[in-house]
Amino acid sequence: MALSGLQIYKLLPKTNCKECGHPTCLAFAMKLAAKQASLDDCPHVSVEAKESLAAASAPPIRLVKIGTGAREFQVGNETVMYRHEKTFFHPPGLALRIKDTEDADTIADKASQVNHYCVERVGIDMSLNAIAVENASGDAGAFKQAVEAIRSKTDLPLVLMSDSPDAIKAALQADGGHKPLVYAATTDNWQAMADAVKGANAALAVRSRDGLDELADLATKLADAGVEDLVLDPGSRALGKSLSDVTQLRRLALKKNFRPFGYPIITFPGEVADTEEGEIVAATQYISKYAGIIVMDHFDPAVAYPLLTLRLNIYTDPQKPISVDPGIYEFNNPTADSPLLTTTNFSLTYFSVAGELDGSGMPAWLVICDAEGMSVLTAWAAGKFDAETIAKAVKTFDVASKLNHKKIVLPGHVSVLSGELEEELPGWEIMVGPREAVDLPAYLKQLR
Amino acid sequence: MPETVEVPKERWTGAIREVTLGATAGEGGTRTRTVTVGGETTLPFLHFEGSMPNPPVIGIEIQDSYPDDWSSVLKDAWGDVLNDPAAWAKKAEELGADVIVLKLRGTDAAGNPTTAKQAAATIKNLLPATGLPILVRGPGQAERDNELLVAVAEAAPGERLALGLCEDKNYRTLVAGALAHGHVVIASSPIDVNLAKQLNILISDMRMPLDRVLMDPTTGALGYGLEYTYSVMERLRLAALTGDGMTQQPMVCFVGEESWRQKESRQAQGVPGEWGDIEKRGVTWETTTATALLESGADIVVLRHPKTVGVVRETIDKLMAE
Ligand code: B12
Ligand code: SF4
Repeated sequence: MALSGLQIYKLLPKTNCKECGHPTCLAFAMKLAAKQASLDDCPHVSVEAKESLAAASAPPIRLVKIGTGAREFQVGNETVMYRHEKTFFHPPGLALRIKDTEDADTIADKASQVNHYCVERVGIDMSLNAIAVENASGDAGAFKQAVEAIRSKTDLPLVLMSDSPDAIKAALQADGGHKPLVYAATTDNWQAMADAVKGANAALAVRSRDGLDELADLATKLADAGVEDLVLDPGSRALGKSLSDVTQLRRLALKKNFRPFGYPIITFPGEVADTEEGEIVAATQYISKYAGIIVMDHFDPAVAYPLLTLRLNIYTDPQKPISVDPGIYEFNNPTADSPLLTTTNFSLTYFSVAGELDGSGMPAWLVICDAEGMSVLTAWAAGKFDAETIAKAVKTFDVASKLNHKKIVLPGHVSVLSGELEEELPGWEIMVGPREAVDLPAYLKQLR
Repeated sequence: MPETVEVPKERWTGAIREVTLGATAGEGGTRTRTVTVGGETTLPFLHFEGSMPNPPVIGIEIQDSYPDDWSSVLKDAWGDVLNDPAAWAKKAEELGADVIVLKLRGTDAAGNPTTAKQAAATIKNLLPATGLPILVRGPGQAERDNELLVAVAEAAPGERLALGLCEDKNYRTLVAGALAHGHVVIASSPIDVNLAKQLNILISDMRMPLDRVLMDPTTGALGYGLEYTYSVMERLRLAALTGDGMTQQPMVCFVGEESWRQKESRQAQGVPGEWGDIEKRGVTWETTTATALLESGADIVVLRHPKTVGVVRETIDKLMAE
């Protein structure tokens, strides 16, 4: 949290020497608070003051990078409690937990399943981000083997889970420098854990077994010991309690600039529930409420797809709907005889329609209007998708030159636009398509 | 030096109004149970800084004639009862519904427009089949809603039904009907704080007491506008808790209808393998939508799939445990 002008003033020399180019130290402090001046302009500021000011200008929640290369993901650096206040920036990493007690084939299978899983939505590829390996056997050798087995299948970042610093050391070696997250430092082992991750290029999770006080205590000790990339586990394993806990962590970090909690949070939905359904609910909660990393115990595409969709929704900037460029789009190599359809430039709308057109195997043209990134009905209700907009797009993109015919298909939901569009596009035949995109293939078939 | 963490608490000045649905014999109706929603003095489930005197409730949606357009996943789950609203309501009650939500389709089984008389008969048949409070929704076109819902209001005087959707276009007729016959209204606005407020003001200007108004912020399903609904509900709830009197109505979300309308919950064939099994995907779609909206302030979630009902019930119980 940024300091106020007055708080900054207290740290300045208070001599009003004017060398910074401002009449008084207070005036300079005000400029600093407004980020209109740089501390370097004061030649007399003390080293301690510099440090406290630097600390105060650090983000309230640290950005932690996990993994390397193309599969690196970043979490933290959030600035608001509610997405409408600005936006949420760094979507939580989703991980699947594999235990080192599972048989070798299962371990390899799961690893490659998670590695390959990728599902597209509104033109965006969504995947899982990590694999958590748990040292359930308690044996360092078995742990190391499991990590090696997984490493041979994927470059995904790992969460290395063990209470034993020795096992962690072995696993870090097997991981081969992919910047894993080590889970977890506790009151019993924090010093050895701090030593284990030092020099290993790994982030370290901190787990409390006794509430937020213990968490703050541990996080402070680890930061003092020089571990920079921390991740917090408040330890609560009840759905309601953990909602309160993560809310408090976020509030303390953002509103009180409480440094020990200025890190991303790790959660384990499977430990909050007895059933897979319960796990899904908990994961839903953690995606919308404040998790940085979510470790799941089940992997099923029928669940991964909705959860990744939720993550995409919650982390979409409320000020900027995801949209596509207006223009004329081709499907299945259309010719001058192929039908022409129109819709808006809201990505969700475009991809709903594009998916069906593509899948139908039938050639078609689609002219995308600039409806300010709104869905068909929203844009229509807002006056951004009307006869004029459509006519303008048809003209701007010189659609007629590509066609032997003058027919255009409207989305069924805006059939009311037919009359006006006839006036805007003289000589054109206005046709009304089905209301839902799913019915487009059947509609196109019947057109032929 | 051990840390002691001082937990910051918001000091909210406002509270959500309590709205009671259903009336027992002693209260002029025939319900065996009433359900009260609202009353929160905190954001959803943050028990450490306020109270939630009434847990959020689950409505199960039933329809007045066979829901031909429903996902086959839903049809398979419910089976024969879909042909008989009374049997359907009984089944819903068994499954743990707190309230029954009757949706009038607007057309009967033969495809003819439903008449006011038919709508009245439907509610009359339904009342003896269930003791739960009932919400009734029209087909969703202002004119038709007025016609059918006013008939329903008349046919069930004193039952404290919740009637909707009351929009800026048709609120007058519906509110008058609800006022005359002792019902509650559902005020519906399209994902917008100011429009929601404005409609509540218009409705209360007609002398409808605000403890008889529910608010429908308009539900976008997961992947289909959920984030907009989620944020508008958070904003409405924050406004309510900071004392804005015209945003303090309990909220109802039609989660089932929106979730099961989407391709993801309907289409089994011809979709990417990464989408997984259709039934599990559909139920997860509904569960996820419901959970996200409960945590942004829903007081009533209206569901369709029996499995979702079980999961959401457990979720509410867990979140209410302090
Ligand atoms: C999310 C949402 C919003 C978001 C905007 C999202 C966006 N970027 O567009 C927000 C909150 C900003 C919003 C605002 C408004 N909204 Co709005 N919104 C919705 C909501 C919940 C979902 C819309 C959506 O994303 N649908 C999904 C997309 C994919 O659907 P679609 O574009 O229609 O495409 C489908 C079909 O049309 C078809 N299709 C598409 N293209 C084509 C082309 C052809 C050729 C064919 C054949 C088919 C086809 O395929 C698609 C899939 O089947 C709906 C209600 C609902 N539950 O549906 C209301 C809704 C659309 N909104 C509505 C309204 C009134 C508004 C506002 C005017 C309210 C206001 N006064 O402020 C504003 C307008 C915006 C503004 N002034 O800035 C009304 C429209 C009512 C009407 N019939 O006129 C709706 C229906 C809600 C309601 N019941 O009242 N809204
Ligand atoms: S240079 Fe430093 S000490 Fe001198 S007036 Fe500016 S802030 Fe004060």
